[in-house]
Amino acid sequence: MRNREFVIEALIRVAGFSAIFFVVLIFLFLMREGVPAFWETSAGNFFGERWYPNEDLFGTLPLILGSLLVTLGAVVIALPLGLATAVFIRELAPGWLREILKPLVEILAGIPSVVLGFLGMVAVSPLVREWLNVPTGLTAFTGSLMLAYMSLPTIISVADDAIDAVPKAHRDGALALGATHWQTIWRVVLPAARSGVIIAVMLGIGRAIGETMAVMMVTGNAARIPQEWNALFFPARTMTATIAAEMGEVAQGSTHYHVLFAVGILLFAVTFVINAIASLVVIKGGPRRGGRLMG
Amino acid sequence: MAKFTVRNLTFRYDDHLALQDVSLDIPANEITVIFGPAHAGKSTLLRCLNRLNDLIETEAIHLEGQILLDGEDIYAPRVDVTELRRRVGMVFAVPIPLPLSIYENVVYGLRMRGETSSSLLTERVERSLRQAALWDEVRDRLDEPGVLLSGGQQQRLCLARTLALEPDVILLDNPTSGLDPLSTAKVEASLRELKADYTVVFVPHSVQQAARVADTAVFLLNGQLIEAGPGERIFTRPREQRTEDYVTGRFG
Repeated sequence: MRNREFVIEALIRVAGFSAIFFVVLIFLFLMREGVPAFWETSAGNFFGERWYPNEDLFGTLPLILGSLLVTLGAVVIALPLGLATAVFIRELAPGWLREILKPLVEILAGIPSVVLGFLGMVAVSPLVREWLNVPTGLTAFTGSLMLAYMSLPTIISVADDAIDAVPKAHRDGALALGATHWQTIWRVVLPAARSGVIIAVMLGIGRAIGETMAVMMVTGNAARIPQEWNALFFPARTMTATIAAEMGEVAQGSTHYHVLFAVGILLFAVTFVINAIASLVVIKGGPRRGGRLMG
Repeated sequence: MAKFTVRNLTFRYDDHLALQDVSLDIPANEITVIFGPAHAGKSTLLRCLNRLNDLIETEAIHLEGQILLDGEDIYAPRVDVTELRRRVGMVFAVPIPLPLSIYENVVYGLRMRGETSSSLLTERVERSLRQAALWDEVRDRLDEPGVLLSGGQQQRLCLARTLALEPDVILLDNPTSGLDPLSTAKVEASLRELKADYTVVFVPHSVQQAARVADTAVFLLNGQLIEAGPGERIFTRPREQRTEDYVTGRFG
């Protein structure tokens, strides 16, 4: 009996540590393959404005800005839409409709990104071209649209759970004071669900910035610096798409190869910073959670 | 004179019959106590009076009968529910002060109604806090956060917040459940003062408390009204055997 306990405990322990072990291993591998790029290229080159690997120009700036542009666009579109959907599902929809909408949103999350990319290519991008009257429909904006669509399920489910977790007493208190349904949602329920809503947004951003396939298929992949006011409506190229597109053809051990891994490190760093900011915000907002009602 | 008249009220949610053919009058300027064991339907009845039940699963609830406030049906289609809730205020078992100053807590409902005149707000703060018997304890620290008050003070703050809206009726759903005897006595004392200007409907913490504060007492059991009448009679010479068994502690 005691032996069995011991074996089971040991197995669980191994499973737990292996998860950590693999994460560390991946990180070390990324570092080993990526860090050499920093002495194989000059800093001016690496953070330069031109990405032409064939001419040994490895400027990652257009890729970073491309990623940020597409992600930012996606968040601006997805955030209000996702929040509104979550509020609708939780606060306004009658029960039967909620029972349909919740699983539908979860199914949405399960659509493979390549399918969405395909849809974006054949259905969305022609629309973008016609409606915005731009030379090509394969633009950063198209990417933002697809990404927004892809991060919606995450934002909706997490925000919905956060709203659901707001104690009923908060709603009752506000309603009994003569707050309207809308005042209650806006001033009591959403502020009380604040940290959960922020997590929802951050998870949405995380999903958006790391997404590769759909973005690669619809953004046109031109590594150019978005500097005009309407850069969103021109092609762009993201960090993820660059890695995915070029990794297959690159000579292993070459500078280009190392730089692609270095882009991976950058991506990792950006995601890490976003997550860190999210946790900070949540921790700061934490102690006030539950009792928080805003005026 | 009856403030509220409840006629043949039956209330169902999901498959649960919470209230069954309840009829009663709630007299103005009195404390009406609704008491009974758990799941008797006390809170449900209270929450029917300000239509706070409206928001649970809209299609799963089912209400029959009539509730008249000053002779007008509060479930009539043209009734403004928000306005009704301002007229019929409610204090809950667990006080939930807003994370704002004491002052802002009290004027919160007024501000949501769109009140901006600061002289009116300030005057209302003092009056409501006095009515809730809290003024003397907080008059020098109105800009401190409401959550720093003790449990009993928080509950009186929530009472003040309700009073600030100048309702006709105050519903109290077991407001002293978490309070010590001293704070409980203070809340009960303020209720006795308040009944001069308000109609008070009160779900008590215990039979003893019910007997202490009741002008009119209503005994509910399993969603049915067993007996209603003047408090002193209900608690000393009940007509129904079940009422007697309950008030003498034979069950519940």
